Amino acid sequence: MKNKYDVLVIGGGPAGAIAAKTAVEKGLSACLVEKRPAIGAPVRCAEGIGKEALHEFIDPDPCWISAEMTGASIVAPDGFLMKLTSDLAGNKVGYILDRKIFDRELVWKAAEAGADVTVKTRASAPIMEDGFVKGAKIESCGQVMNVTAEVVIAADGVESKFSRWCGIDTTVPVREIMSSVQYVLADIDIDEHSTVFYLGNDVAPEGYLWVFPKGERSANVGVGISGKKSGEGHRAKDYLDRFVKKTFPQGKPIEYIAGGVSVCRPLASTAADGLIIAGDAARVVDPLTGGGIYNGMYTGRLAAQVAADCIAKGNVSKKALMLYDKTWREAKMGKSIERNYHIKEYLIKQPDTKLNEIIHSVSKINLTEFTTLSLLKEIIRVNPKLMLELGALAASIR
Amino acid sequence: MLKVHRDICGYFGCCVSVCPEGALELIDAYLCVEKSCTSCGICAKVCPLGALEVVDEK
Repeated sequence: MKNKYDVLVIGGGPAGAIAAKTAVEKGLSACLVEKRPAIGAPVRCAEGIGKEALHEFIDPDPCWISAEMTGASIVAPDGFLMKLTSDLAGNKVGYILDRKIFDRELVWKAAEAGADVTVKTRASAPIMEDGFVKGAKIESCGQVMNVTAEVVIAADGVESKFSRWCGIDTTVPVREIMSSVQYVLADIDIDEHSTVFYLGNDVAPEGYLWVFPKGERSANVGVGISGKKSGEGHRAKDYLDRFVKKTFPQGKPIEYIAGGVSVCRPLASTAADGLIIAGDAARVVDPLTGGGIYNGMYTGRLAAQVAADCIAKGNVSKKALMLYDKTWREAKMGKSIERNYHIKEYLIKQPDTKLNEIIHSVSKINLTEFTTLSLLKEIIRVNPKLMLELGALAASIR
Repeated sequence: MLKVHRDICGYFGCCVSVCPEGALELIDAYLCVEKSCTSCGICAKVCPLGALEVVDEK
């Protein structure tokens, strides 16, 4: 590790890895620091990603794809199951990844492209000069050094601290953190090519419970509930244990994961003087699905592209770097976050009876395009009065 | 004061993201509580595992 780079990337998840790789491909020097001793571990993810979304960044590789999905099911609060299939029969609609290997692959690609990478190394404070972020104090296995950089990309995840130290409030509102727990369960009876989502106040208040297959007879089984609904005796773990006991009593947990997923709006500003914030740290997780892998990679790549342009022009002020913020907000990703935020806000206010009604209205949906948007369009098509309830939001779904 | 039940804590950082004071930090696999903690209990509420508890100062 040197003491000066064009770009210093904090965090070795998908956002940081793609940022570091993109930066060196743009001809910059870059270093990625990961505080954990291993890239990819521990996993804090349900590991699902859409096929098209993944292909935008990397060709699928069986080494890090645990299972290929061809369909999905939604289970209503009363137990009724709605099946979603794709017109493109036999076609994969999504993947359940093996993040331990996937994240390593992304970081390996960054390293191969020329980025420096270090693990068990943390940024413990920003280096500030005249209000500009100029690098970070780096602590690695007992050694402390100052590493300066033209631009720091903070991709330090849901528990992000770096941007906060730079004066940006990153606090997630209690009602908008999904308090989550997941087991990787082995030896269970599942449809290995279909994800299942369970809804309802008794199963996952203001959230959902998922079964994402990891292959034959094994799955990520987890639950996320609103922080507002969490408390002694009714925590995410209580909901999950109750479900597992009932549904997969024979299942054997081979991994135990907990975590938080933000379902709030993104940070008001994702750039500052000398700093860009990407991925979960920027709170760009999809507020409806809780999915963050694609948005992380997208913002990671964009962060490095904008950093490269601004460094080339000799201006890394907030004003210049805000091109990053403006670009992702105006892109499909940003618009989708905004739309899905409103849909989530609508859905969490609906009682179980309403959710039952909506899900019963369509027992089987054949989607030409396997996205949450096309699912919503189908639901609205058979429930025209939903249009009125959705109000202004309906326009963005049409 | 805030007590971390380290035998229950999963070291996954849900608590860090909701702390209004920025008083929590996950350093590798160790949850640090800084002096700025006001014992407001928000983290204890959202912890998916129940690893945090606000206890009376002795």
